[in-house]
Formats: sequence, C-alpha cells, structure tokens
Amino acid sequence: MSQQSEKKGQPEYLDGMNNPFVQKLKEKFKENIINAKTYGNELTIWISKDILIPLCKDLWEEGFIYLVDIMGIHQPKEEKNFALSYILHNFKNNERVRLKVEIKEGELVPSLTEIWKGANWLEREAFDMFGILFSNHPNLERILMWEGFEGHPLRKDFPLKGINTGASIYPDVYPEGGGPPKKEDKNA
Amino acid sequence: MLDVQELELNMGPQHPATHGVLRLILKVDGERIIDAKPVIGYLHRGTEKLFENQTYPMNVPHTDRLDYIAAATNNHSYCGAVEKLLGVEVPRRAKFIRVMLDELQRISSHLVWLATHALDIGAMTPFFYTFRERELILDLFEEYCGARLTLNCMTIGGVPEDLPEGWIEKLKEFIEIFEEKIWDYENLLTDNRIWKKRTIGVGVISPEDAINYGLTGPPLRGSGIKYDVRRAIPYEVYPELDFEIPIGKNGDTYDRYLVRMEEMRQSVKILKQCIEKIPDGEIQAKGLKFIKPKPAEVYFSVEAPKGELGFHIISDGSPKPYRVKVRPPSFINLQALPSMVKGHLIADVVAIIGTLDIVLGEIDR
Repeated sequence: MSQQSEKKGQPEYLDGMNNPFVQKLKEKFKENIINAKTYGNELTIWISKDILIPLCKDLWEEGFIYLVDIMGIHQPKEEKNFALSYILHNFKNNERVRLKVEIKEGELVPSLTEIWKGANWLEREAFDMFGILFSNHPNLERILMWEGFEGHPLRKDFPLKGINTGASIYPDVYPEGGGPPKKEDKNA
Repeated sequence: MLDVQELELNMGPQHPATHGVLRLILKVDGERIIDAKPVIGYLHRGTEKLFENQTYPMNVPHTDRLDYIAAATNNHSYCGAVEKLLGVEVPRRAKFIRVMLDELQRISSHLVWLATHALDIGAMTPFFYTFRERELILDLFEEYCGARLTLNCMTIGGVPEDLPEGWIEKLKEFIEIFEEKIWDYENLLTDNRIWKKRTIGVGVISPEDAINYGLTGPPLRGSGIKYDVRRAIPYEVYPELDFEIPIGKNGDTYDRYLVRMEEMRQSVKILKQCIEKIPDGEIQAKGLKFIKPKPAEVYFSVEAPKGELGFHIISDGSPKPYRVKVRPPSFINLQALPSMVKGHLIADVVAIIGTLDIVLGEIDR
C-alpha cells in the first residue's frame, strides 16, 4: 500500500446519508440533519444550528468527548454567508466527525462552552475573526485583536491593507488611514 | 485581624518566564492566586489571512514561523493537509525522511523545554547540558536544509532534498552521544529534592478536565490518557514503527516532566528504526507542478512536540486556498492555565507556564 508513489488523483465527495452513523442521527433529529458527505475518510454532516447542543450531548454519550477544533468560515457568495466547522473525536475507536453549521450574518449560534470548556477560546476566535455571535457564551470578547479594533479581519471583504484599523500610533510614519508606512520620495 | 485585600498583578507581556509575549492578569491574595486571566495576541501577524492570499507552495515557509522551535512538524502538518486534499501519496523514502526530521525536531523542542523550564524553576545547569546536545541536532538540520530554526524542510508531495552524503552516519553518532546524555539530565533532576518539591502536586489537572479543555500532547498524557496522533490516526510510516506512548499518573508538573523525558527516548528508538528501514528511491511525488485543487475541505493533524497540530484547508478551485485554519496545540493548552494555577503561589505560575510548553508564535499566529 505504502509502496505506491504515483498520484492517485483528488478524491470525490461521496454521499454519506446511507452511513449507518448518519442514519441513526437522522432517525432522531429528522430534517435537522441537512446533508452528509464523505471526502476521503472524513465524514461531514451539515446540521441546523437548533440541534447543535442536543446533538453534541448525544455524541458525547457515544464517546465523542474531545472537541478538536472550531473553524469559522466566511462565504459571501452563499445565501447563508457564514459557517462553522466543528471536529469531534471519539476516543473509543479514534473516529472523527465534522459538523457543519451554516448561518446568516448576525444569527446567534448556541455556544458549546456548556459541554466543552475548551470551546471558550475557539468561539472567541471565531467571533474575533468573523463576527460570528454565540449565545450563552460566558465571555465573548476579542482574543487576538485588541479591544477597539474595527472590523473582523478574516472576512473576505476585509482588505489586506489600506484601511483604518486604529493602529496608527505614529502618524508621522504610518498614514492616519492605515496602510504601509510613508516612504521618502523614491524618484528624488 | 488584618484586612484581606485582593491585589491585581500584571505578569508580562515582557517577562522572561512567560516564554514570549504572554500577559497574565493575576488576582492574588497575598502570595496565593485566586484567579488568572491570560491576555494574548501581542504576536498576531495575521498568518491565516496571509495563507489565503498566497498559492499553496508559497505558504510552506510561513508555517515555520508558527511554532518557531519546532518548524519541521509545522511544515509536515501543512504539507500533509494539502496532500490529503489532493489525494497524493508521498514516496516511501520521503516518508522516512519526514519521520526522522519530525523526531529530531521533537527531541530538540523537548530540550529547549527542559532547559527553560528548569531555568525558570531555578536549576541553571540543565540549560548548558541540553543546549550542547541541541546544537548537534541543529547542525544536522543545517546540513540537511541549510537552516537551523526556520527549516522549510518539506514540500507538498515530499521533501525538497535527499539526505546529504554521510548524514545518516552523523545521525548515528548523535544517537550514540544523546542516549547517554538523557541520563545526565535525569541525574540532575529526577531525584533532586528541590526539583521534586517544586513540581510534585503543582498544576494538577484531572483526566476529565484535560479532555474537556481539549489538551493534547504531554499535558494530556501526563494525566494518564493514552492519546497520541501518531497512534490514534496514524500517518506516514508510524504504523510500522515500534514505540511506546509514555503516560503519567497524577497529572502534575513532575509527571509531565517524566512523560517528556521518556518521549525523547522513544524518539531515539524511532530514529534507530528509521535508519535501518529507510529505502532508496524517489523523494518527491510526481504531477505537482501546478497545484489547483477542486473545492473541498480537509483537516489533517500530526503529533507536534506540544500536542496535536492540525491544519484545516478549504479549497475553491483556484491556486490559492480559500481558508486555512491552524489548530495550534499551545493555544488550546494555554486555556487550561487559569484552572491549573488557582490556589498556588506566584512562583508556581512560572513552573506551570513552563510545564505547558507554550510558544506564543503559535498561539497568536
């Protein structure tokens, strides 16, 4: 198996709705399980945000007791323009599952801090970088950027340079509107 | 009776024992800590935003700057994620080279940890001992890729260079020297009464809490949970290699110290097996001249010295990734700090920061 060194080609997304694991969840949560697909060996389940907490509690009972990561995504082309990816790990059989929640801007997502304490900073990061709001979060404030920073830097409409981020502490070096430092006239 | 007054104390961001620009707002009652609040972000460089604006191969050098004392595992995690996205199988020789670089990096990272951790607590001698051996590792890295810290030693689909002539012999020499030296460190510390007083029972975290916080790496294994990405979700050639996952019992600073010491021995064991098993052959997968994956989302993680280091990548059919997210082990391990320091003395905070083995470059990204 590992002797192969040739490129196999990119895997395709396969329908995961027939997966017994998804079927079982589907029986309980009905239409709130929106879709399921597998890519390589990764199973992704799209769910509605209303069942996030009860679903995670159920998965916890099954052994998914380790929350690996939460990722925020900005997808301005979609109707639901923000998304969150949760990765859960099962210690019993080392299985992983990705839950995907899609929301519109400004919608509240239930916070997972009541199940995992580790979700606290991960959700703060999603808030900081994307402005995704979480309900029942104990301490939803910026984590990597400073207080008073304007905007959410990982959104697609946030430019790489040229906007006022409140960072111009040295106006004689850095222009007040932000952006790269003033240079001496190159042609001179 | 005297008035009991709570005092708010700022530790950092410029403090030698916080291993970078970490600021802790401590609430103390005399010398006892009531509460601690870490403030991070002083080293934020917008790496994730940068990733989105560069093509896939251009991002590899940027991963070096995350956990800057363990660059090889960062490269590995990012390249592995892109390979998973593309469905590329790395040639077998490249896999062995990667594993060897990873394990050397693990030893060198643990040596830095041991040096600074011991120095923070007040033992100065281990610093000189460990940096002497780390130098040998850095020399090996330098000979392989030209750099000592920011290695950039892996490419998508393999490794950039084959091993230079005589490198394996030098590695053998290093292993011979290093195996004895681990005993030197242990002789200095393991049964040292002061070391024990400073570490046993300090910063205890229960296995339940450790999982709940999402801790990985030695902090999790110190609490007795046998979880290691190399075994749980194997990658490269780890399934063929024989090594143990050391675990602790009490989840305190001393147990985490023992776990890391044993991990270094296991890394040596892996290196020895790699030297015997490494085959000849290709070092780079073919057909990766221009990387333009179809839309997909993947997550790939490796066991970095500090814990599970993962990369999420979303592609959208263009030569640049749509979104890249790092799962830095230090970021998540640091979250448990407030619960670990409660009730301890201020001097113990330094010990607990040391035992978590954080790197701010990775936390702030």
